[in-house]
Amino acid sequence: MLFFKSYLLPRIIQYLVVIFIGTTVVFVVPRFMPTDPVQKTLELVALQGTYIDPEAVEKLKETLKELYGLKGTLFEQYLAFWKRLFRGDFGPSFAQFPTPVMDLIKISLPWTTVLLLLTTLLSWIIGNILGGLAGYFSHQRWARILEGIAMVIRPVPYYIVALGLLIIFAFAFPIFPVGGGLSVGREMHLTFDLFIDIAKHAFLPALSLVLVGSSVWFMTMRLLISNILREDYVLYAQVGGISDREIVFQYAIRNALLPQITGLALSLGQIFSGALITEQVFAYPGLGTLLYNSVSRGDYNLLMGITLLSIIGIATGVLIIDLIYPLFDPRIRYR
Amino acid sequence: MFSTIRDLIKYDRRFTFGFSVILIMIFLAILSFFSPYDPKVWNVVPRDTPPSIKHLLGTTSMGQDVFWLATFAIRNSFELSIIAVLISRVIAIFLGLITGYKGGSLDRTLMTINDSFVILPLLPILILIASVIKGALNITNLGILLGIFGWAWDARVIRSQILSLREREFTYTAKLSGMKTLSIIVKEYLPFITPLIMATAMNNMLWVIGMEVTLAILGLSSLEIPTLGTMIHWAVNSQSLLLGIWWWILTPVFICILLFISLYMLSVSISEFLDPRTRLQRIEVMKG
Repeated sequence: MLFFKSYLLPRIIQYLVVIFIGTTVVFVVPRFMPTDPVQKTLELVALQGTYIDPEAVEKLKETLKELYGLKGTLFEQYLAFWKRLFRGDFGPSFAQFPTPVMDLIKISLPWTTVLLLLTTLLSWIIGNILGGLAGYFSHQRWARILEGIAMVIRPVPYYIVALGLLIIFAFAFPIFPVGGGLSVGREMHLTFDLFIDIAKHAFLPALSLVLVGSSVWFMTMRLLISNILREDYVLYAQVGGISDREIVFQYAIRNALLPQITGLALSLGQIFSGALITEQVFAYPGLGTLLYNSVSRGDYNLLMGITLLSIIGIATGVLIIDLIYPLFDPRIRYR
Repeated sequence: MFSTIRDLIKYDRRFTFGFSVILIMIFLAILSFFSPYDPKVWNVVPRDTPPSIKHLLGTTSMGQDVFWLATFAIRNSFELSIIAVLISRVIAIFLGLITGYKGGSLDRTLMTINDSFVILPLLPILILIASVIKGALNITNLGILLGIFGWAWDARVIRSQILSLREREFTYTAKLSGMKTLSIIVKEYLPFITPLIMATAMNNMLWVIGMEVTLAILGLSSLEIPTLGTMIHWAVNSQSLLLGIWWWILTPVFICILLFISLYMLSVSISEFLDPRTRLQRIEVMKG
């Protein structure tokens, strides 16, 4: 019971607060903006050059208001907003009317989820192991070289890394396809070839995510390990004649992993944002490309749907990491 | 302050590198005031010419000089990041000081809200906001917008520093001699956390410039204002890669990479300087 009260309850409250704040921001901010989305959409329609008589414009205005959820007082709008969210109904897409936004998201979601899960796990593991080793053997030459590489890659945003990889591996040396998720015209039959094709297309986006991701974990892990090396238990183990390899993997990395798990939970939102932008560079058919298309077509409903869904998705991801955290930290388990 | 910078330049190569790159960038930004061309006017020079003595870094497909355009881009990106960093510093320092010093339920409530902002995927939210106010997103507005969203992580960092300062002897001395909370914070704590604020400011600058690049690439900022992001946007959208106009796309990309690495090195080097243990370790390593 104490475990529930002191560990679980704050996490669940945090989860609800994240979703509440995120949703409220998405609701409030566009309403405080100087431009009126209804007016903007009408202007867009007018720009396309077709003549619409004033009566139809009024009607269109009403429908748009309802569609944007701009009817009634602010509080009523807010309630209606939440109701729609609970039903999972984000309205129809403007660009591909009348396909519901939800259907479009459903097609793209698996692509992003698989790519993101794989690269996040992979970069976390690679970064932590290499960072742990480089931190422990920090006087070695290879550790310095690794640190130098990570130091250069880490601060560069995903977009630039992705663009760089695209320039090198798709234009200068055309080894990998320029973009997309599948070769043009390939059908979705479950064969080995299909798998190879998907992997080939996903390789560059995955590589850019893993490169940036693992250097982030590398740098923090190296710092954590260099602090742990001064702990008494490491000295004791060294004096006791335990091999370096055992000290690194059994003592140092294991203890340094705990803050890294918390770090993973806290940086999930950033990683997700990075994945979105990487997808756009490689025209990978996931949420990022959908987001980009919705921006360029002014598909406001789709944009809102993706934003809300990503807030819920990230918050849930963080909650899951928090919930499995006690498995790794016995101090919380036995409290 | 100056002796600190001198020491850092002397003992930390990363600081020297970052510091000199930033100085060069500032020089380039100042150079933009003497530009012979207006960055918003097209077709002032021949199109698509490769780098030459007349046009140091070549020209774009829109007939602009890449070198002078880049100086404007650096200046605007700096301006933007200074606005955003100042706003987010005010919020982060205020929240960090209050929650760290006061503690208790106020701390818990504010930190729950703070952590929510850390976790939230900001990119989709910023994209949503930016696409609603698309036309009005000039340098100042974008700076304010990024400033409003970019404080959460740094407030956390500052708070943890204050938490440890609160337990130190001098806090009790100050309290017992009757200093007011506000003056303890301003007179006693602020000098301690100034380098930390500098380090987080560098990191925040990184984030702001990176975000600007991202939003510009999506075509969401004012595209006629030259920034590092809009330069990349135009270069990518004009198919400069396929047409082989490499000097156009590579200039902003290289400037970005250099700027990011040097800002990061400055921030790492300053925060290492704050931690005497890592400083000692470095000296040991240097001695061999």
